[in-house]
Amino acid sequence: MEKNEKVLEIRHLSKDYGKGAILKDVSLDIHKGEVVVIIGPSGCGKSTLLRCMNGLESIQGGEILLDGNVITSGKTNWSLVRQKIGMVFQSYDLFPHLTVMDNILLGPLKVQKRDKKEVEKEALTLLKRVGLGEKTKAYPRELSGGQKQRVAIVRALIMHPEIMLFDEVTAALDPEMVREVLDVMLELARAGSTMAIVTHEMQFAEAVADRIVFIDGGEILETGTPEEFFKMPKTERARKFLDTFKF
Amino acid sequence: MDFEFILKHIPMYTEAAILTIKLGVMGILLSIIVGILCVLIQYYKVPIIRRIVSVYIELSRNTPLLVQLFFLYFGLPKMGIKISSEACAVIGLTFLGGSYMAESFRSGLESVDKIQTESALSLGLTKAKAMRYVILPQALSTSIPAICANVIFLIKETSVFSAVALADLMFVAKDLIGLYYKTDEALLMLVISYLIILLPASIFASYLERRLRYAGFGN
Repeated sequence: MEKNEKVLEIRHLSKDYGKGAILKDVSLDIHKGEVVVIIGPSGCGKSTLLRCMNGLESIQGGEILLDGNVITSGKTNWSLVRQKIGMVFQSYDLFPHLTVMDNILLGPLKVQKRDKKEVEKEALTLLKRVGLGEKTKAYPRELSGGQKQRVAIVRALIMHPEIMLFDEVTAALDPEMVREVLDVMLELARAGSTMAIVTHEMQFAEAVADRIVFIDGGEILETGTPEEFFKMPKTERARKFLDTFKF
Repeated sequence: MDFEFILKHIPMYTEAAILTIKLGVMGILLSIIVGILCVLIQYYKVPIIRRIVSVYIELSRNTPLLVQLFFLYFGLPKMGIKISSEACAVIGLTFLGGSYMAESFRSGLESVDKIQTESALSLGLTKAKAMRYVILPQALSTSIPAICANVIFLIKETSVFSAVALADLMFVAKDLIGLYYKTDEALLMLVISYLIILLPASIFASYLERRLRYAGFGN
């Protein structure tokens, strides 16, 4: 699966909110077609790391490169960069005043200026793929949490991003809806999408990841294949973290 | 009750009502524009101008319209700036209404979750487009009940326009009482005139509010 072409490179990234560092000297490459799952205890900085990749957080040191170009120099055209980096958030972030279809069309029409007919057709295909072909005219309020997240995934996908970021997208869902969202992500991974995923679903992480990145206290403590990480974690902190999931 | 007197003076009241409505509508529309400008300046934290806006809002909300009008009509000419009664009325109403509108829009904007802006930005929308297509539509629908209340409040406030020598409804009523001592008739017509203007406005406002509350977005 792993190819050598780097989509995203993070070099010596550091971030702090004023009182103590959130991220300390984080370096991470994400290759084309690779699925990187970032895990770690709450408040360890994994969501912040993901938000930095999309320019939603300012950084205090280091740099991030997309396709070999620095995007953290201050002169970045974020509108352009963000079209290449799709993101799905933890809370339901659909626009409540727009129908499912209009939510999906907003980016392609207002940002990419694509042809409406063509985008509508693609939107419908994608919606069918996630099992929501019937819901084009529904408003977000009429959907379940799992359905909303699937629409949010389609809304990001239709921009044809080079990489997709998933920030704990199932954390706010009722347990019975988690599966339907994870299945969509698993399918995307198998289709060769480049993805960075922050999650607390360990079994899912094991199934979907090409590489696991374990973060604690704002530092990357361990990276490895799922087999390595889950079977024999190298650090004490990773072992402790994994123990909290056992009963 | 002298009905002949009432019938005879309906045209006078109509004319005055038209003036009240005309100045009121102008003042309200300008208030909305001033309100949106103020709230955007505060929302985007524009340096310096933001402080001026805060001072304006406090000044406007904590002084009565009558005092504001007196300042415009009697105070400014002393400093060499002379403006007509009508301009005074519209400027005064806008000065008062702008801050109330700004506060209503602000509560609407603040009701929109930060994640909405972030997810709009993450789609590649610029800040301006995120505001226009995602934030403002949601903010406005939340603000509408408060804005309707402001509109009705401002129409009622127009009743002090007679203080700057405008022949509005209050002025006509006072005039007729002074001329003919027909106090009952003149006041009754005054009350009815305001009701004719304000009742439809109120009914429309509560209709709008109900639609927004129950219809919401797709419910």
